[in-house]
Amino acid sequence: MTFLFNEFATGLASASSLFLAACGLSIIFGVTRIVNFSHGAFYMLGAYAAVTAVGHLSGDFGFWGGIVVASLLVAAVGALVEMTLLRRIYAAHELLQLLLTFGVTLVVEDLVVLIWGPADLLGPRAPGLTGAVDLFGQPFPTYDLLLIALGPLTLIGLELLLRRTRWGVLVRAATQDREMVAALGVNQQWLFTGVFTLGIFLAAFGAALELPREAASHTMDLQIITEVLVVVVIGGLGNVFGTFLAAIIVSELNAFGILVLPKISIILVFLVMALVLVVRPWGLLGRAEATARAASGLQVMRWHPLISRERLFVIVGIAAAALLPLVAGDYALTVASEVLIFMLFAASLQLLVGAGGLVSFGHAAYFGLGAYGAALALKQFGLSMAAALAAGPLLGFAGALLFGWFCVRLSGVYFAMLTLAFAQIVWSVAFQWTEVTGGDNGLIGIWPNAWVAKAAHFYWLTLALVTIGIALLRVILFSPFGYALRALRDNELRAEAIGLSRHRVQWFAFAAAGAFAALAGALYAFLKGSVFPDDLGIPLSIDGLAMVLLGGVGTVAGGVVGAALYKSLSIWVISHTDYSKLVLGLLIIAMVSIFPQGVLGALSRWQARGIVGEQP
Amino acid sequence: MKTASALLASATLAVALTASVCASAQDTIKIGEINSYSRLPSFTEPYRKGWQLALEQINAAGGIDGKKLEVISKDDGGKPAEAVTAANELVANDGVVMLAGTFFSNIGLAVSDFAKQKKIFFLAAEPLTDAITLSKGNRYTFRLRPSNYEQAAMLVDEAAKLPAKKWATVAPNYEYGQSAVAVFKKLLSAKRPDIQWVGEQWPPIGKIDAGAVVEALAKTEPDAILNVTFGPDLVKFVREGDTRGLFKGRSVVSFLTGEPEYLDPLKGDTPQGWIVTGYPWNAVTIPEHAAFLKAYEAKYHDYPRLGSVVGYSTLKAAAAILAKAKSTNSEKLVDAAEGIQVETPFGKVTFRKIDHQSTFGTFVGKTALKDGKGVLVDFHYCDGAKYLPPASEVEALRPKD
Repeated sequence: MTFLFNEFATGLASASSLFLAACGLSIIFGVTRIVNFSHGAFYMLGAYAAVTAVGHLSGDFGFWGGIVVASLLVAAVGALVEMTLLRRIYAAHELLQLLLTFGVTLVVEDLVVLIWGPADLLGPRAPGLTGAVDLFGQPFPTYDLLLIALGPLTLIGLELLLRRTRWGVLVRAATQDREMVAALGVNQQWLFTGVFTLGIFLAAFGAALELPREAASHTMDLQIITEVLVVVVIGGLGNVFGTFLAAIIVSELNAFGILVLPKISIILVFLVMALVLVVRPWGLLGRAEATARAASGLQVMRWHPLISRERLFVIVGIAAAALLPLVAGDYALTVASEVLIFMLFAASLQLLVGAGGLVSFGHAAYFGLGAYGAALALKQFGLSMAAALAAGPLLGFAGALLFGWFCVRLSGVYFAMLTLAFAQIVWSVAFQWTEVTGGDNGLIGIWPNAWVAKAAHFYWLTLALVTIGIALLRVILFSPFGYALRALRDNELRAEAIGLSRHRVQWFAFAAAGAFAALAGALYAFLKGSVFPDDLGIPLSIDGLAMVLLGGVGTVAGGVVGAALYKSLSIWVISHTDYSKLVLGLLIIAMVSIFPQGVLGALSRWQARGIVGEQP
Repeated sequence: MKTASALLASATLAVALTASVCASAQDTIKIGEINSYSRLPSFTEPYRKGWQLALEQINAAGGIDGKKLEVISKDDGGKPAEAVTAANELVANDGVVMLAGTFFSNIGLAVSDFAKQKKIFFLAAEPLTDAITLSKGNRYTFRLRPSNYEQAAMLVDEAAKLPAKKWATVAPNYEYGQSAVAVFKKLLSAKRPDIQWVGEQWPPIGKIDAGAVVEALAKTEPDAILNVTFGPDLVKFVREGDTRGLFKGRSVVSFLTGEPEYLDPLKGDTPQGWIVTGYPWNAVTIPEHAAFLKAYEAKYHDYPRLGSVVGYSTLKAAAAILAKAKSTNSEKLVDAAEGIQVETPFGKVTFRKIDHQSTFGTFVGKTALKDGKGVLVDFHYCDGAKYLPPASEVEALRPKD
């Protein structure tokens, strides 16, 4: 009994620290609708700043003063980022803000190493709270008691701020209807800046409070971001109390879960999220999202199949690509193959994101299933390479069919998060099931047969399959099915009124996208000669989105162009500098700021303006 | 049209990449080096300083048979797939004669499989997984650092002397943690059939819920604990365990904790009396080490970490192999490397013929607190030769060439 109480209290302390880390994200999410991927980066900055600040100030005041000063400084940096970068792209597609904050994260990761050095930094313990108190005969850390109190206190403080002040009323109004608040003459920009700064302050504060429990390290941003994102979604977007509730549920389940299943931690939050979202599509306490007034940002130019002049151009382009082995060496050809593979991956994602309006955060799952499917067919079942190249897409298709059925019942961010949850579940199966998947050591020895072993031959095979894949995706896009998919994206009610079933159409689109991603994954396995859980990880899903967004989400072929751009850049950058994240992050920020419509979007817009001479 | 321009763009880019390859001079020998510089700088920065020092010394002494040695170094970002791309670039573009480096086990395995496929020599520096020389071993891959198995065996020697009968384990939930625990359990149970394994905890790496893990371990009331967590997880575990009295009256045996990379961040929180593997850089009495230490401190005005020794020894071994082979042909390099003796700061080591594992060892000692810093006391050097898996085991596990 004593033990259970102790374990429960320990869970509460973890819940508090999780809530403190997550509540800022929840507030930013709720008002600005930004999926602030850089929340983890600011959390990390908070931890490092706190170590430095506490080190510079002395005495009892030094510790607490240091925590507050550090949080304020980081909040100021956050405000600066909002005013100089985010503010410029509020009108663009919501996802662009995700991409921008992803770029900020990459930059911060390298900056932290440059400023504070590579070693982990351990701060001091809290003065006066270093020991333990006796809790029913068991020692319990005094500092944890403080945390247990601070969680609910912060919650109450935030609730008071949001419900009892004029600023809070405006924020809540903006949460409900941004355009209306703006129409009433409220300066939305400053409201957003204020909310963003508060959210970042809370992130840094949450991290600084962890100082006595944990060292500042340069990987903590990615460790925390998925966890807090998941907690916020379980609770319901923008609902601070929901976040608190979710933090408690997750932490207590973990505290007690590991007693029975010591390996449960790795997947627990994602299991909880998947279950909650399947049962309650808007999280525990969230409410249905109001339909957006206009599909803002996603002002799609008219799509049309290729006209004959363009078709000729494509054929010439493919022919030119086919001639590449005449001039390029082996390394260039493997890089070109990799770029081609990611063109197919991005094109498959574009079917979902661009045509379907379905933003997937877990598309890598199907890429990875394709890779593992091919690898397992080859290694476990001893099938030929050709059969393995077919087995991969089949597995990806089956996975997408299964998970898609659940995912497409949801929409918006909840859809995105459920795809993420399923992707993480697949990832952890690959990571854990060592006997079959090799765990994190992966499967090696997946090399192509002799007839395509040469780099040039494999390149031609890749070129052929990728060309066919992208062509098929275009056929789907301009088939009646593709029009139905777009109709559902643009106006669900009208589309359903003319007899289209949202669930069925989007489900099939999801499965088709999964199958093509899996084909890319199967090719990738043979290109690399190995398969690892990385191939289904969150970073790859984010990469996919970055490709689509860089190319232009409102275009037909944006993903293809974005993939070529992003993948070549990242391969080149990682080969030429140790600060690849800094360079890549800055490039992403620059491109998002200059081409909010994506490179291809900007190009077509520029062309259209040349011809018609209209539109800003 | 869009597809076409994209394809054209990638084609142009690929051509540009090919063109950027510069012609190499005939009087240099190039080694390709890959490591997780951006992902794991706390380990790989000292490592890089180590091999740069060795490179300087080798070239100052006339290089390899009068030819200058050159190292082309690439970052893999901590991802196996990027490491394979880098390996490809090094071999196909830069014309390196051998590959070296890597830290993470999965990256080591990916590169070793690449080496097997392309028939290029690979000297793995740091990955610890047993698979790289045993179940997934191949003709072209050699490894410097003592494997997981060896480090477990070294710790078991000390653990078996403890009176403890009830043991609990805590390890990060991935291959390294799992195999460390499995080998340790197997070897200790073989030496001490009287002990019992009462509990185990598997926190995800980087995400330990330390309070809950400590409580769960305490509940099993062990006499001793085996710890495999490291880095930020270790810090959290130590602070919670300390506050909650988990370590009171209990012995702790811990992998890697004595290495400066992991011990130094703990500062005043260093747990006392843990039996660990590590590297007491300022107290090593091996004569070769004294020369290394002097040169390292003179060049960098910093003390060496274990990574520095590994980086230094890796390049020294590579140079010795090249010198012995008198050729850059992969097959000749492999033949030369099998059984070769190499000077390192830890004394002479030999690369075994049967599994391509070197006899490079490590130190086992106890952690203690001195002037607010963690140090190793009562330590001794464990020569890898004494802890290598027996030939029969290698025979059974390692695929035939």
